[in-house]
Amino acid sequence: MTGFDVAIIGGGLVGCSAALHLSRRDASVVLLERRHCGSQASGVNYGGVRQQGRDLAELPLARRSRRIWADLETLVGTDCEFEVTGHLKLARSEAEMAELEDYAERARDFDLTLEPLGPAQIRARFPWLGDAIVGGSFCAEDGHANPRLVAPALARAAVAAGADIREGAEVVGATHDGHIFELRLSDSTMLRARRLINAAGAWGSTVSTWFGEPVPEDVMAPNMCVTDPIPYFLAPNLGVCGGDIYVRQIRRGNVIFGGGVGVADRTQVKARPLAEITAQAVRLAVGLVPRLATAQVIRTWSGIEGVMPDGLPVIGPSETTPGILHAFGFSGHGFQLGPGVGAVLCELALDDATSTPIDPFRINRFSIDETSRQTIGPAANSRERPSDAVRRSSVS
Amino acid sequence: MPSVVIIGAGPAGVRAAETLVRAGLRATVIDEAPSSGGQIYRRPPPSIVRDSKKVYGFEAARARSVHRAFDDLQEQIDYWPDSTVWSAQGRKLGVITKSGPRDAAWDRLILATGAMDRVIPFKGWTLPGVFTLGGAQVALKYQACAIGERPIFLGTGPLLYLVAYQYAAAGVKVAAVLDTATAGAKRRAFFGLISGGRTFLKGLYYLAWLRAHGIPVVSGARPVCAHAGPDGAVRELEWRDGHGSLHRTACDSIATGFGLNPETQIADLCDVPCVFDSGQRQWVPVQDSDGRAAVAGVYLAGDGAGIKGAAAAELSGERAAHALLHDLGHAGSAERIKTLNGRLRRFERFRRALDEKAFKFPADLAASADDDLMICRCEGITAGALRHAAREHGVAEINRAKAFTRVGMGRCQGRICGPAAGEILANSLGVSLEAVGRLRGQVPIKPVPMAAFLDGAVP
Ligand SMILES: Cc1cc2nc3c(=O)[nH]c(=O)nc-3n(C[C@H](O)[C@H](O)[C@H](O)COP(=O)(O)OP(=O)(O)OC[C@H]3O[C@@H](n4cnc5c(N)ncnc54)[C@H](O)[C@@H]3O)c2cc1C
Ligand SMILES: Cc1cc2nc3c(=O)[nH]c(=O)nc-3n(C[C@H](O)[C@H](O)[C@H](O)COP(=O)(O)OP(=O)(O)OC[C@H]3O[C@@H](n4cnc5c(N)ncnc54)[C@H](O)[C@@H]3O)c2cc1C
Repeated sequence: MTGFDVAIIGGGLVGCSAALHLSRRDASVVLLERRHCGSQASGVNYGGVRQQGRDLAELPLARRSRRIWADLETLVGTDCEFEVTGHLKLARSEAEMAELEDYAERARDFDLTLEPLGPAQIRARFPWLGDAIVGGSFCAEDGHANPRLVAPALARAAVAAGADIREGAEVVGATHDGHIFELRLSDSTMLRARRLINAAGAWGSTVSTWFGEPVPEDVMAPNMCVTDPIPYFLAPNLGVCGGDIYVRQIRRGNVIFGGGVGVADRTQVKARPLAEITAQAVRLAVGLVPRLATAQVIRTWSGIEGVMPDGLPVIGPSETTPGILHAFGFSGHGFQLGPGVGAVLCELALDDATSTPIDPFRINRFSIDETSRQTIGPAANSRERPSDAVRRSSVS
Repeated sequence: MPSVVIIGAGPAGVRAAETLVRAGLRATVIDEAPSSGGQIYRRPPPSIVRDSKKVYGFEAARARSVHRAFDDLQEQIDYWPDSTVWSAQGRKLGVITKSGPRDAAWDRLILATGAMDRVIPFKGWTLPGVFTLGGAQVALKYQACAIGERPIFLGTGPLLYLVAYQYAAAGVKVAAVLDTATAGAKRRAFFGLISGGRTFLKGLYYLAWLRAHGIPVVSGARPVCAHAGPDGAVRELEWRDGHGSLHRTACDSIATGFGLNPETQIADLCDVPCVFDSGQRQWVPVQDSDGRAAVAGVYLAGDGAGIKGAAAAELSGERAAHALLHDLGHAGSAERIKTLNGRLRRFERFRRALDEKAFKFPADLAASADDDLMICRCEGITAGALRHAAREHGVAEINRAKAFTRVGMGRCQGRICGPAAGEILANSLGVSLEAVGRLRGQVPIKPVPMAAFLDGAVP
């Protein structure tokens, strides 16, 4: 049986980034991905690379990740269509505008510059905005990228750096004898490693439960739409207070937007958008940008995202089993964080410490009582009523 | 009474509706066209009054029969014309009608969605003046206008000769009919073709007619390149004959098609599994011998369930309705299904001879596209980009190719580029077409204008 320094469960953005960072430091790494790298949330998300509006607890990590995004092309040989277009967060009421101004003030502590824009300014700069907009906040550093490309590109770079990346390899169980982890794959292959990274996304709580660490990870399926190409005019990535709609346009002209949630089935690994949610997202998108009324929706889709009750991911060492590092449950906004999380996991695995503050993400912050335990099951996101956690968590 | 929905008012959907009405059921019939008839019996708009013999040729009697059958049902069905089914989730369809979006709930669903042209890209296929065979026919039948004054017909299949004939008979100077299938293949298929009876004879008639009128008809031809004139539109087709000699034929338009592909997206979204039909080199929804899909309450009919032609579509439409009635406990349907199945078997043999022997899909033509040839015109993806994805990124499946390259991601959802993209991918991986899989259907089934959801309140 082969032994590795680190085994990673999950080939999403998080797992692939960890694999790349670890193999660049010459650790021997094996990554096990049930399907293809980036075939789940990391490959089908909206593509928002956004720091603005994040929980302040996430900002140091987001700042670090943003630096990696800037270097992506050097790191993986392609820019993954990452464009620094700015992120414009819009207010539809005075109260929301006050919220944005307050956030901009507090973001300064993290060296994140946000530019609040009043009604006149915002109209002058973005004349295509709808009447309901009373103001906004612009983050010049933010942007968007093509999610379908990022995780596979990280995986390729990791392989080039020496990582052993196995697709079509599902981990069905894992044990720890006090020194070594032993992983069992669905084809009965056994693997050994000194450290284990749980980057299993919406299935992260399944893996943590193997080690006696259940957490209330719900799932959600953000409802995504794309239009046919229309002349390029909408440069910034758009969001709103409350997060019920987000819109971006790519250079080839297609407008991508999302809002609301479809149906996620964690057990069947299936996610579907819903027609009525699409219709509602269309109305909201046209409300923000009336010019979109002439476009056509050509495709809708969704993906499965793990959601924690407080909307923050689980990142850090296990409380039950030394040697395990968890990183899952990104609650709708792990695309921007992914590259940075991989770097942090690498430090934790090889140095047992990281310079990035991650304490708010520790796994033992949830008290599991019987009611929340029930939400761990499959299809917790019933199509009639998304849970409170799902409704609260902001996507994009 | 269960709520029964039929999607498609072509020959299959019309006969299904008629059968249900006879049994006392009221069905909702949804079709995106403004009037019934489907592809083959498509009706000209009321503003164009034309003799049915002129529009439908030999099929005039059948066309009148299907039209009359449907018109007679108007009191006993709910007919939604101009209505596109854009989503299917659970037992609910999302429909865009002229007056806005509307849901249609079903307990039983008959899918009679028909087929679409199968295209193989060749150099110059995106030039103005290049149409699909079906598109060329629609222009003639529906709008009473031709795609050009000197069209070339290029491709294979019975529709190639039919549409060329329809154009020539309408007085258009057809420059050439270029069939990729070889004369030898057609000869070898002869005995199978005879089973087609009247249909086969019609085919022979079209061919003889074209020849008698001095129109060059070539078997075993290969397109090389369509060239543009100074106006940017197609002006000449360069092609090779069966011996490899190069020819140039002047034209002002090209109609091209290589058989048909069933419209399976709605079936797909209803979770109906598909199987690969290796003879036709395409995926078809799984059904039992009576037209029941593998999903409870869903029935399949017509070309959407596998290409069998218009006459068979009428029979399988009726059969699907009887299967539905049988499942509801109606007496007499089982007997009728037996009769219909007997008649459908004859078509089966003919179709196999036609599509798998006489007019075999030229998979190698699709697979051998030059690297710089644009395969997916919605997204501008070349054959080379697909091969690159297979080679460099280990892409071994068509949906993965879509994710990496955007092939099939545009507004046609791969209806146009899908067949060729599959062939190219399979060929460059050295695997079967079946092994690269099938582009999954996604909502919306057809592009939906955003304005449709705005309750008329366009800002
Ligand atoms: C529709 C949608 C839109 C979103 N929009 C944005 C956005 O705009 N901006 C943003 O920042 N974030 C967004 N997100 C969130 C973001 O995509 C995710 O937070 C992020 O991709 C999570 O990465 P991951 O690696 O943790 O998870 P994933 O990408 O889900 O990867 C986990 C992987 O683990 C594999 N796996 C699980 N269990 C096993 C096992 N037992 N054995 C082997 N493999 C296993 C899975 O197959 C999967 O590939 C969105 C999410 C969705 C679904
Ligand atoms: C372009 C074209 C031209 C053809 N011409 C001939 C010919 O001249 N002679 C011949 O013998 N055969 C022809 N064929 C083949 C012939 O169409 C079929 O054999 C026959 O029409 C099949 O009947 P059907 O009822 O199965 O489908 P169709 O006649 O195709 O009817 C399907 C109906 O479903 C509707 N539909 C499909 N999807 C949706 C949706 N999402 N929402 C709402 N409505 C929908 C369509 O509008 C259509 O009216 C042609 C095929 C095509 C594609």
